[in-house]
Amino acid sequence: MAENVRERPYRTGIARHPISAIILPIPIICFIGALATDLAYDGSGGNLIWLNFSSWLIATGLFFGGILVVLMLIDMFRLPQLRSSEGWAGFALLVAAWIVELINSFVHARDGWTAVVPLGLILSAAGALQILIYGWLWHEARYDTGERA
Amino acid sequence: MNRLFLTATALIALGACGKVQDIDPSQQVGPNPVLPKPVEELVAAVGVPDVVGWKDGEHPTVPAGFQIQAMATGLSNPRNILPLPNGDVLVVETQRVGSEPVDRPKDPIRDFIMSMAHGGGGAKETSGASAGPPQRITLLRDADGDGKPELKSVLVDHLVSPFGITLVGNDLYIADTDAILRFPFTPGQTKITAPPQKVVDLPGGLIDHHWTKSLTASPDGSKLYAGVGSNSNVQERGPEAETNRAAIWEVDPKTGVYRVFASGLRNPNGLTFYPGSNTLWTVVNERDELGPNLVPDYMTSVKEGAFYGWPYSYYGQHVDPRVKPQRPDLVAKAIPPDYALSSHVAALGLTFYTGASFPAMFRGGAFVGEHGSWNRTELNGYRVVFIRFAGGKPVGRPYNFVTGFIGPDAKARGRPVGVAVDRTGALLIADDVGGTVWRVTYASPPKLASR
Repeated sequence: MAENVRERPYRTGIARHPISAIILPIPIICFIGALATDLAYDGSGGNLIWLNFSSWLIATGLFFGGILVVLMLIDMFRLPQLRSSEGWAGFALLVAAWIVELINSFVHARDGWTAVVPLGLILSAAGALQILIYGWLWHEARYDTGERA
Repeated sequence: MNRLFLTATALIALGACGKVQDIDPSQQVGPNPVLPKPVEELVAAVGVPDVVGWKDGEHPTVPAGFQIQAMATGLSNPRNILPLPNGDVLVVETQRVGSEPVDRPKDPIRDFIMSMAHGGGGAKETSGASAGPPQRITLLRDADGDGKPELKSVLVDHLVSPFGITLVGNDLYIADTDAILRFPFTPGQTKITAPPQKVVDLPGGLIDHHWTKSLTASPDGSKLYAGVGSNSNVQERGPEAETNRAAIWEVDPKTGVYRVFASGLRNPNGLTFYPGSNTLWTVVNERDELGPNLVPDYMTSVKEGAFYGWPYSYYGQHVDPRVKPQRPDLVAKAIPPDYALSSHVAALGLTFYTGASFPAMFRGGAFVGEHGSWNRTELNGYRVVFIRFAGGKPVGRPYNFVTGFIGPDAKARGRPVGVAVDRTGALLIADDVGGTVWRVTYASPPKLASR
């Protein structure tokens, strides 16, 4: 059955799976979530529960994002196929998103409206966009791996 | 601790370019302080000195002609003092219990910095017996007025973070963090065994951010006034947490009926009536994290029914951008305070000089205990200042009266809180982290007979 190889990318054995995949979604979900709760804070005219949500989401995203950076480096060291242009671009975006969200966490530590509007919201949007493109590029790199295997 | 200092400084340098709010604290004293634009630094500036305590023979510095000596040492967080007419001195040993609920990742970090500032080394307090730190009133008896007590006795024990204390006739009122209590007390007593009566509940609760409840009585003794500080820096715990807070309450001691006497006062302490008048004065800790030179703490007479801005604005109509929704109706009626003390000094104690043993210029003037800053890299406060009064109003600039709480090594020996004048006209200072009550006298130690 000669189907499209893209439907069955992994034939390389579990030892060659990227371990970064374990926690890959967590910072993506957290940073997008923080953008959503920031929008809710703005929309609610200052209901502080949304600021608290954003602060925890950013902190959690930073924690797992930091681990993810390390795991990605390990993966790129282990698996030469990942050292593609998509792989490097994805890695750079992850690091960029992490730095933006680190600054964002300081902004979100302010007391009240200026923790979000406007700078926190802008940084949350930038971080979310970066982490989304990162996720897409990283999957792209992994699928390429499958094809070549 | 120095590491925290350096890290914070490095991060600030990274986040903000150039010097923010480049003015001198001396431009922020008196009736018209310079108010720069708010600057919300990326990382709030933190400068907290190590607390090393006083070595034998060390003491704060006083001006020429004055002397200072420790009246009592080895106390546990003495924060407030009430000298009695018979020469006994009541010392409030107290601290907050527990930490605030964690709403944000920032909260435990802030708690840690505060505990460092209190010499806790970031650890939980362990002083006292098994049941937590002492929460008590200690009586010092100095019958001959030489500043060396002959007797030290626990007058009342097992209080709940007490701070305010005042005596009306034979009623001793103590403001725990969650209630005003009345104890029957005959001056001369060294221990109160009778149970207290509760006059009224005060806002305490789980957060209880500003927990010190200052207390004084009207000159005729018919009303009590309690300072109830805010539950947050600038309402970041939500408006519901601030019900009846950031206010001075007027309480009828007979019935417990209370009303808000004045509001918009972020953390009012040192409540005192100006001698011979019906004018109430207070010192107020203003808000943090708007830069090293905002917002100046202040001393003010308290006008009945007045609103002083918090959290919506400061010094009248200077709106705080962090507070949403805003209240333009309240901002419009906010009044500026009388006298700025400069930013982040943490004024916690206030007393007017009613004695006769200091030189004439001191009569009727104000002593203010400045506990000291945390929200700026260059320390401010950590001293007792004197402000001259004329015609019942402050005049001129504050004078650094008692200094030297920060040593030449930039480490804290102590931090002043409550101030009071004893029957000999000496100034008493409660030094919480130094565990000491200091007594300042003029020239030769005053004698009772000279009064």
